[in-house]
Order: sequence, then C-alpha cells, then structure tokens
Amino acid sequence: MLKIKLSKLPILFDALSDKNKLYIPADTKGGARFLQYENGMTMTKELNTVRSPKDLFFPQTENLMDFKLEGKKIEVIDTREECEDFVIFGVRACDVRSFEVLDRVFLSEPIDTYYKNRREHGVIVSLACNRPEETCFCSTFDIDCANPEGDVASYICGDEMYFEPLTEKGSELLLNLSCLSEGSEAPVYECKRNIYEIKSKLPLSTLSAEKFGKNMTEYFNSDKWDELSEACLGCGTCTFVCPTCQCYDIKDFDTGNGIKRFRCWDSCMYSDFTKMAHGNPRVSQKERFRQRFMHKLVYYPMNNDGLFSCVGCGRCLSKCPISMNIVKVMKKLGEGKDE
Amino acid sequence: MQEMMKKKAIELLQSGEVARVLGWKKGEFDYDITPAVFESAEEIENEFIYNSLCSPNLSKYLVKESRKEGKTLIFLKPCDSYSLSQLITEHRVIRENVYAVGIECYGKTDADTIKEKGIKGITKITENDGVLNIETLYGTEKIPVYEVLRERCVNCKSKKHPVYDELIGEEGETVDDCERFDEVAKIEAMTPEERFAFFRNELSRCIRCNACRNVCPACTCEKCVFDNDASGIAQKAASDSFEENMFHIIRAFHVAGRCTDCGECSRVCPQNIPLHLLNRKFIKDINELYGNYQAGENIGNRSPLTDYTQSDAEPNIVYERGGKDNA
Amino acid sequence: MNNETLIPVIGVVTDIRIDTPDVKTFRVVTPDGNKPFEYMPGQCAMLSIPGVGEAMFSITSSPTNTEYMEFSIKKCGCLTDWLHKMEVGQYVTVRGPYGNYFPVETELKGKNLLFIAGGIGLAPLRSVINYCRANRDNYGTIDIIYGSRSKDDLVDYSEIINEWMTEAGVSVHLTIDREQEGWDGHVGFVPNYVKELNPDINKTVLVCGPPIMIKFTLNALKELGFTEEQVYTTMELRMKCGVGKCGRCNIGSKYVCKDGPVFRYDKLGALPDEY
Repeated sequence: MLKIKLSKLPILFDALSDKNKLYIPADTKGGARFLQYENGMTMTKELNTVRSPKDLFFPQTENLMDFKLEGKKIEVIDTREECEDFVIFGVRACDVRSFEVLDRVFLSEPIDTYYKNRREHGVIVSLACNRPEETCFCSTFDIDCANPEGDVASYICGDEMYFEPLTEKGSELLLNLSCLSEGSEAPVYECKRNIYEIKSKLPLSTLSAEKFGKNMTEYFNSDKWDELSEACLGCGTCTFVCPTCQCYDIKDFDTGNGIKRFRCWDSCMYSDFTKMAHGNPRVSQKERFRQRFMHKLVYYPMNNDGLFSCVGCGRCLSKCPISMNIVKVMKKLGEGKDE
Repeated sequence: MQEMMKKKAIELLQSGEVARVLGWKKGEFDYDITPAVFESAEEIENEFIYNSLCSPNLSKYLVKESRKEGKTLIFLKPCDSYSLSQLITEHRVIRENVYAVGIECYGKTDADTIKEKGIKGITKITENDGVLNIETLYGTEKIPVYEVLRERCVNCKSKKHPVYDELIGEEGETVDDCERFDEVAKIEAMTPEERFAFFRNELSRCIRCNACRNVCPACTCEKCVFDNDASGIAQKAASDSFEENMFHIIRAFHVAGRCTDCGECSRVCPQNIPLHLLNRKFIKDINELYGNYQAGENIGNRSPLTDYTQSDAEPNIVYERGGKDNA
Repeated sequence: MNNETLIPVIGVVTDIRIDTPDVKTFRVVTPDGNKPFEYMPGQCAMLSIPGVGEAMFSITSSPTNTEYMEFSIKKCGCLTDWLHKMEVGQYVTVRGPYGNYFPVETELKGKNLLFIAGGIGLAPLRSVINYCRANRDNYGTIDIIYGSRSKDDLVDYSEIINEWMTEAGVSVHLTIDREQEGWDGHVGFVPNYVKELNPDINKTVLVCGPPIMIKFTLNALKELGFTEEQVYTTMELRMKCGVGKCGRCNIGSKYVCKDGPVFRYDKLGALPDEY
C-alpha cells in the first residue's frame, strides 16, 4: 500500500502526466467530466462524472479510415495509428466494470482494433466511493464500490490517498514515484468499513437483477412496456451518459478532398436506428424503449454468461429528462415474478 | 393543491367527461417525477403527485393524446399553458379534445438544482410552507423552495393562464418586472468575438442527445430535418466541430416567434447548456423590432415573423429610424 | 496493426447484367482479377461506395465459383440507386464474409431439397442452389419454386431456363402473380402454388422472399404437414458493422449479421417477434 497527502496530489498528477497523458475527473460547467490533466487542475468533489469514461476508449466520434476517389477508382487509406499510453485516474468501481461490458463486445472476434488499441494503452486507477448517493445501485450487479477493480485501486482516507496496485500494469505505474510513501492497511480498512455502513443504507441496496437475464419472450411480450415508455421523449440522453451503451453508426463525410468514414455513438432510442429502405421493425417509441432495456437486462446477459449490461452507476436516474430509468423498469417489469 | 387536483381528476374521470388525465407520477424517490397518463381513479389515488418538484411541461404530450378517443384532462402551470395555447394556434393540438385545468404555481425546482447546492444522497424530500426538508444519507437539510428555483422560475414571466377550462387556485398576472432579458443583454454587450466564443464554448458540450428538441413544445414536426438520413446533418453524427452549433442555431431559428420561453430545453440538457438564451435573444429582438410579442399569449395570435403589417420594416431600417426604442 | 474487419478491400465491377427492370447482377473481382474472399452459401458481404453508403448484400454466386463474386441487387434506396448507375470498371469496396450460412455440409447433406423464392429473394438461394448442383452427389432431389410479380421480374431467368431446367434431378416451377402476354406458365402467388404442387414432406425447405410471402408460405407448408424444423430462411435487417457490435440488427438476443442471416424456423420462432 502506497500513500500520499491529498494536499500533495498535484505533485502526483504532475509526475504521472510527465510520462503519460493523464485524465482526471474535473469540474466543468456541464458537470464533472474526465479531462486531460494540465498543471493546476484539481479533481472534482462530485461522486462521478456526467459523461462516463467510455469516451476514452470508445469516443463519441472517431475516424475509421479515409478514401481517395479518382474517376472510377477508389483507394482505401488505413489511418490507424498506435495510441499513446494514458492513465485514467479516479474511475469509480461501476465504471471499471463497464469496461468489461464493453470488452465483451469490442474484444470478441473479430476484434475491434480501434477500441483494442486504446484499451491496451490505458491504465486505470480506480477510486473507492466514500460517499455513494441514492441513485447508486452497483451492488445489484455484484460490484463493490469499496473494492474497486482496475490496474490500481485507490482510497481516500482522511487527508491521505492510498494506492494498491492490482495488476502488473498498475505496479509499473506506481514504480519510482518518489512522491508516494509506504502506508499501512489500517486506514484503508477503516475507509472500507465506513463505505459498507453507508452502502447498507442506500435506498436501492435491495434491488435485485436475479429475475433478469432469462425469459426473453416473456419479458419482451410484457404488457408493461406501454406504460413504462409512454412519457419517453425518444432522446438519446440515457444512451449517451450510459457507460455500457455501445451501439454505433458508421457514416461517410465528404471533405471535398476525399471521404472520411467515421463512426459515432448511436442510440436505439432514435427513430432511424433500424430504419431500412423498405420499413422499420421498431415502429414506435415503445419498441425502441423496450429494445434498450431488454438489451441491458436480458439479451446481453444471455450472450455473456449472465453479465448484465448495466453497472448501476445511476447516470440515467439523474439525467433522464422525464425521470424514467432502468430502476423503474426493473421494478415494474419484475413485479410478480419469482426470483 | 394536490388533493384538489386529484379530486378534480377523479370526478371528471368518473363522470366520463374525460377519458384520461395527463399529470405527474410519483417516482422511485421524491424528486424523480415522470409525466404520465392516468386512466382510472385508482391510479390517480395511488400515483398522482403535485408539488414543487413537478417541473416537466406536459403540454407537448397533447399532440398525441388529443388525437385519442375522448377528452384528455391536462394540468397546466401558467407557463405550460402558454405552450398549449401556442400548440392550439399551430393546430397541433385538437382543442375540443382537451380539458385544460390551470393550476397556480409559485415556481418549481428539481433534483439537479437541489444537488447543485451540494445536497447529495437525497433519500426523502418533504415540503412545508415553501420549505423543503431534505433527508440525505449524510444528514438533513432545510432549504426554502425559492432558493432552489430554476432560472426560468426565478425569472417567471407570467402567472396567468392564456388557456384553460377551469382553474384551481388563484389566477395570477403577467410579471411586469421580469428580468429574463438581463442575461441576454449581457451577451449583447459583448464584442462579436466574445459572443461567438461564449456560444461556441457553451455549445461545445453538446452531446447531440436531442433532448432539447424532443422536449420542446415548439418542435412538433412530423419529420425533423435532423432525422433525415439523406440531409447530411442527420442526428447524432457530428461530421465536424461546428455541426452541433448548427443544430442549435437552426433549431432556434425554426422556433423563433413560436417559442414561448418555457425553458424546457435548458431544463433537460444533460450538459447544462443554457439553450434558452438563444431563444430569448430572438424573443428580445422580436420585441425590439416589432413591438412586444409573447408567443402563446392569445390563441390565434400571429407571430410578427409570419405576419405582415404596413409598419413592418427590415431590421436595419428600424435601427436607422432611431433605434429599437422607435420600433 | 492487426487486420480490421471494418476496413474493406477494393473490388472492381467487371460485368453488369440487367436481370429485371429493378434488379441488376454485378460481378466483382479484386483489382488483380481474383475472387475477393472465400465464403459459404447464404453468407453476406458489405458493399460500399465511399461517400454514398455501405450496406449488406447476400452473395449470389456459388462459393464453387473460383473466379468472381456476384451480387444481385434490387434498386430501392440511396446506395442501390447509385450502384444501378455504375458502369463496368467502377471500383467498389467490399468486406466480409459475414454471418452464418445454410448448413450445406451438415444438416442439408443427403436431404431432398425444396427451394422456395419470391422476387429478389432468389438472390441468397441461388448461391445454395448452384453450390448443391456443383456437389450434386451430396444431395437428393432439388425442387425449386420461384415466383415474382411478372415474367420480367424473374431474376436470373436465363440461368434458370438454360441451366437449372435442363439439369437432371432438378425441377423448376415458376409462377407469376398476374396473367401476362407471352407467359404460358403458372399464374398465382407462391404460397398457393406451393399448396397446389403438394410437395412430399420428406423435403428440407429453404425459403426466401418478402416477409409477407415467407409468412404465408410457412403457413402453407404447415398445412401440408411440414414442421418448422424442416424449414430454413434468411433474414435482413438494418446493419452497419456486420459483426454483431453496432447493435441494430438484433432479433432478441441474436444478431442477424452474426448469428444469422440463416435461421431454422423453429429457432426463429423462439425469438421475440420483431422483424
């Protein structure tokens, strides 16, 4: 266990950012967000960022390749480049799990090399949640916010921050950082004990996902979708703040001097998501709404050994314009179902 | 108030006067209130809620609900009533199928605004005499509602209902000393470069979730240009860094003269972009160029931008005649 | 860096055959004249014109064809309009193969096969039909029921007439929706024709066509005593990536691009009805 005084954190940030790009959660007018560290920047006091750190592995838009067109000829230009090493500091346990959810999609065959490139070069320093909020339900998905995963786990105990390397990558990151000193386990143990105490009081601490991940057609045909989706605006807020939503679109952009093929986040909540030249299998918002939650609670776990595509971060709970969210869906849909 | 509203809703449902009720529904916590359609007295009894946290404007839902069989009862705060009036003017809501109940409002708050005050881990909110008693995982806080009002409520333009069939509570007046244009005036005072930088910076946070458009009561096109895949500017895909800016500018132009300044766009923005400022700038300009005009104030009113009078002139001529005061 | 499936290879259009007023068949090879990649019957490929769009098409030619790939494409949208305006020599981009395929080397082996196609639905089946013809000893009888709106809308007409119809052990039954001058064959919709022909229920059925045709054909087959386990079809939904990641072509937990496009009917029936 290594430690540093919170007041000395800038020294650590400077040291880390000397070697690698460093991202820390910092305050902006749009709420906390992972930003590339620059000297003088401080870490947010907010529990979590508005946008999840998925941006750093799966950016909202990214160029995939270029094309040069000449007469009838087309040339494909591979624009991929090896990404630089980077560190994401202060990732919460829920968001760390979201990377595993994304990995299962992007790192399964055929591997998405754009994602893999970033993933291999990123080092994750997680941070235990001393003050979880009412919208938190990570324990529903067996995530322990007192024991975050990642390459290095960190804990804020009083006026000190403790670091525990969890992987080889993590050990390497902490090597030769003279600003860190050896610390004992006891304060971290105390910090975890406090977190467990608060966790047990969280209003969503008893929410269970046991009922899901199966009974696909039964949930699909449930008559509760009409009511659940009636107020849905069909916007993409939930999708875009969600750490595990990974649907994307691929589009071409004519620069006037060649074509750029890029991909961008897409949302199953959008009306054109499944629209084809000859029709749309999801005609109304009800079907789109249903798709999003069925995917997270049933389809994804069916395809991924029971792992849910929700990490209980609570972002959709705080950001949905009409306050409809996965917790309400789970409760309503699960009504009267045996576990 | 809530009890009177519930009573009214149940009475009208049971008499068959209305087939459904558009209102606000209790959530998981005390603040995550969802717009909802109620069809039975039982639903109203158990789930209907009205308090200082009922922020969402329900009027846009009438575009769909007023096309259903039977009348829809809707509860309208004054500013929501402006939206409905404008929607009726634009023939987007079928007036005959609406039973509008105006309700008094002293301003609304929401979880975002409360949490901005540093109050986190909210487990219970109760309201007594305009004071919120907020229990959290980390202690209890008391805060008067007026300290956590949304900007649109701090700068409330009117407590009057332009359209209603019935009122519950006191009817108010328009607020003459409303300061809603002060922020716009500050932006107008900037140099063009500063102004450009201001909006570029604000809009740079846009994640193109379309929440502002989808919630906007003035955005009711059957097919939005931004949903047209062939337009090259279809939703979500930002092909360059100015595209989000264009989205908001085009939207502001499209709702100019029709926007009632209900403030829903800024309320729903997950990135805290003060979108209402763009619309308010247009409203202020219209006021200065054509004389005061409030969209939604009267059913059937024609916006100066879609109307012609002999005194209309190009903006530059108005200013040449001696500036905005003579317009 | 490793291979990236989203990055396509170049294909050159070397031949364009006009099949019907709105269907053309494009022959595609690599710039050095080879078949772009190997595949199995029923698999698909992403074709694109950069700047216009990219979409999934079934590969119409048989895998046993060692020289080129063919795509029969109906004009129905932005990209397909563009493809229809192409001239020979045009480059396109192509990536794949994507999806599963008809189980020609397993479940279909040794079976009597009944192919039922409607309109452009022949495109994916043509690959299987020609694969089975090329490996004739592995399969029993081959029956083909094919219908379209009119005589002019029958895709691959010359191949049907000159090759399929003349081959021993292959029987072809054509039908068109409405009476037409110069047509002395069967007139009527495919599902009814299937009932009229009353095929032996020992056959394994491969069906493709417009959704409504598939639906009624399945009903007809059930009436005749076929079970869902005997019937295979191939699906189409909107796709962007082709590899089960972009998230839009799912039917329940299955992605059409990855777990499909070929589904045995009983398996499809167990999925949510959203296609």
